[in-house]
Amino acid sequence: MELDAQIPSGPIESKWGRRQFELKLVNPANKRKHKVIVVGTGLAGGAAAATMGELGYDVHCFTFHDSPRRAHSIAAQGGINAAKNYQGDGDSVYRLFYDTVKGGDFRSREANVYRLAELSLNIIDQAVAQGVPFAREYGGTLANRSFGGAQVSRTFYARGQTGQQLLLGAYQALERQVHTRAVTMYNRHEMLDVVVVDGRARGIVTRHLVTGKIEAHMADAVVLGTGGYSNVFFLSTNAKACNVTAAWRAAKRGAGFANPCFTQIHPTCIPQSGEYQSKLTLMSESLRNDGRIWVPSRAGDDRPANQIPDAERDYYLERLYPAFGNLTPRDIASRRAKEMVDAGFGVGPLQNGVYLDFRDAIGRLGKQAVSERYGNLFSMYEKITGEDPYQIPMRIYPAPHYTMGGLWVDYNLMTTVPGLFAIGEANFSDHGANRLGASALMQGLADGYFIIPLTIGDYLVDAPRGDIDEDHPAAKDAVREITEKQARLISARGSRSVDSFHQELGRIMWNHCGMARTESGLREGLEKVPALREEFWRDVRVPGSGDSLNQSLEKAGRVADFLEFAEVMLWDALTRDESCGAHYREEHTTEEGEAKRDDERFAHGAIWEFKGVGVDPVRHQEKLTFEHVPLSQRSYK
Amino acid sequence: MDLTLHVWRQDGPQADGRFETYRPEGVSPSMSFLDMLDLVNEKITGDGGEPIAFEHDCREGICGSCGMMVSGVAHGPEKLVTVCQLHMRSFSDGDEIWIEPWRASAFPVIKDLVVDRSPFDRIIEAGGYVSIRTGSAPDANAIPVPKPDADRAFDAAACIGCGACVAACPNASAMLFTAAKAGHLSYLPQGQTERLHRAARMMEAHDGEGFGNCTTHGACQEVCPKGISIDYIARLNRDVFRASVAGISLDDG
Repeated sequence: MELDAQIPSGPIESKWGRRQFELKLVNPANKRKHKVIVVGTGLAGGAAAATMGELGYDVHCFTFHDSPRRAHSIAAQGGINAAKNYQGDGDSVYRLFYDTVKGGDFRSREANVYRLAELSLNIIDQAVAQGVPFAREYGGTLANRSFGGAQVSRTFYARGQTGQQLLLGAYQALERQVHTRAVTMYNRHEMLDVVVVDGRARGIVTRHLVTGKIEAHMADAVVLGTGGYSNVFFLSTNAKACNVTAAWRAAKRGAGFANPCFTQIHPTCIPQSGEYQSKLTLMSESLRNDGRIWVPSRAGDDRPANQIPDAERDYYLERLYPAFGNLTPRDIASRRAKEMVDAGFGVGPLQNGVYLDFRDAIGRLGKQAVSERYGNLFSMYEKITGEDPYQIPMRIYPAPHYTMGGLWVDYNLMTTVPGLFAIGEANFSDHGANRLGASALMQGLADGYFIIPLTIGDYLVDAPRGDIDEDHPAAKDAVREITEKQARLISARGSRSVDSFHQELGRIMWNHCGMARTESGLREGLEKVPALREEFWRDVRVPGSGDSLNQSLEKAGRVADFLEFAEVMLWDALTRDESCGAHYREEHTTEEGEAKRDDERFAHGAIWEFKGVGVDPVRHQEKLTFEHVPLSQRSYK
Repeated sequence: MDLTLHVWRQDGPQADGRFETYRPEGVSPSMSFLDMLDLVNEKITGDGGEPIAFEHDCREGICGSCGMMVSGVAHGPEKLVTVCQLHMRSFSDGDEIWIEPWRASAFPVIKDLVVDRSPFDRIIEAGGYVSIRTGSAPDANAIPVPKPDADRAFDAAACIGCGACVAACPNASAMLFTAAKAGHLSYLPQGQTERLHRAARMMEAHDGEGFGNCTTHGACQEVCPKGISIDYIARLNRDVFRASVAGISLDDG
């Protein structure tokens, strides 16, 4: 597997500028002759399809939703970072770059992260020009807040609905291109495979979710903006339909999959309330700006929160991290909450949470001010739990939320399969082992609006085009494989529902490859997953047929892919014999119980090559060097 | 909880529909309405039947995928929530619940509770945007926007495109949806250049999709999960009228 990151030479500040000049250009008159497929209509996919349409490419854009306005980017609450320094508090491109590399615990590429920080400026300009209604000061300028432990105020936000407003901006830009016929939309089409011809990505296989029709679509290049895989845990904050299928299919067709074990567990979610629960809900971590996290000092103390005096409360983050207190990075806040609950200090009916208390904030600022900052979050919490957080402290617990791992891409966002690109959460590029708050929207839009529309031209100039169609043997083979796989799912006629398998897989992954991992636990997971996969194919029950809307069949295909992918995740966690960021191996901790990196052996990205279902995948490395942000132990004390 | 559900089942767009009755076991008040439907579906699957098809995704009230009539009310009895945010504690033991898809000729049923809402995309396509090329934007703070305008723009922009307004309207009008997008952009300086053109084109698309006219019943704002006001409809009507007086052409450019 070739792993040339294609990083431009020269000083870090001028690498992206240099690359833009080096990229070969497609003559404007010829752009229309190049057909590009974009899969996914979240921030990355929607922005990419819209911008490539504007540039003149013949764009064909696919989503499995009923409309390109529904992808899970829409649920991002908190905000988007940009190094505008509108607050004059000492922010800069360099500082955002530095914070992101350090926050990622030194497992990302410096050159990529620097470009991301640079482009953060353009994103805000673009979004405002589209009419995204960001929060404003009374003077009419844009408002900012500090977010997720950043020590400058660089986060732009639109109430608690920043992701929604940015996605609608991209969606509207996309619809504008649909109107001009530059982009052809394919709603309710799920991508099920990549078609590779002579080593290059030349198309995809889709299933129309209403008619059931399985067919190939050919193109000169394919861009995947298909999101992350947190739903491997079944319970996560991701939307129900989020899945790994597109990325995993690409991996099976030769694309290296990087750092699959880097999964982020978000500290502020509403704890599970029962077995039947289908999904977890995230509460914006902006709540940690004013809320104080605590558990009772005595394990098993089941008095109502308000009857526990201060002297008998343990504000453990403030105790352990006096400098950052409740604003420590996500991985640390999550892990400490788990430790408390595991040690018997959990609160709530199932003793599966910790308190996030606004009593002192309400006392200091008044109920009105707290309501202005967090009103929508408080009412969301009350709707779900039936408890009023103005009166009773919220209960929170960590939940899977975002995946830093993804398809390996070079600096131009191309995977190891020529002509196949990955953008947004679907790639592995910028967040290392831990993503900082308000950075996911930034990366999705940087990739979609500003990077892929330029880098793809460099590939297209010399790529074959127009020489093959849907009758090519590779396309026909892929369609046949997918059709057969679907028939196997339907004909299994077993005894267990798809969801029951998904739940069981989720429990295995949460217990063996969740917030804290051990060698023996991971090895156990590697025994259990293949066994469950075997049982799935033997005993799954998929009602209905393949030729109409069949949501059980859709889920079955996704769970089948999760059952293969999970094994690679376990391998990655097992072989990364260190702790870093969100990947916490209990064998590797500092004396204070923090993640202990092993830079000698593991300052690299791990890229997995698929060798067959049930066959051990092969691990490759991309060495990482740090010239600007000196390798150091993160300290938030 | 002891409940009786009557659920609309329809095999396909051309098939006749019917109500089927289910008596789910193990429903608890802390379940969400869709968790409850998941439970019903697990039982149906176990019994060898086909589960009830319904759309959903984020399950936190923001993606706009879900929506159904719950005993005649779009998104059910609670105000300002989508059906995925509705919890069973809003119901009482012994309740009978009628569950139906959105009913509007512009939203044909695809299967069970799933309808085709693609007309909404075509209304946006007709002009629900600011025509700006990527990369050509001025600095974000170059044009100040008074906070009250930004807030009013946001109130309208909060629309999630779920279609409850259409389902609730006796005329099956999509004016609240259309007015929300036009209203959002009309309050911002960035949206002024194309404002009247946008209003006229979106209105034409709205009517062309077969949605009814607005007769100011206000049923839409009662069920809107984001609390969007029909004041925006008045604003859109005014812009459409101004466009016609100004002789604005619906053609491009």
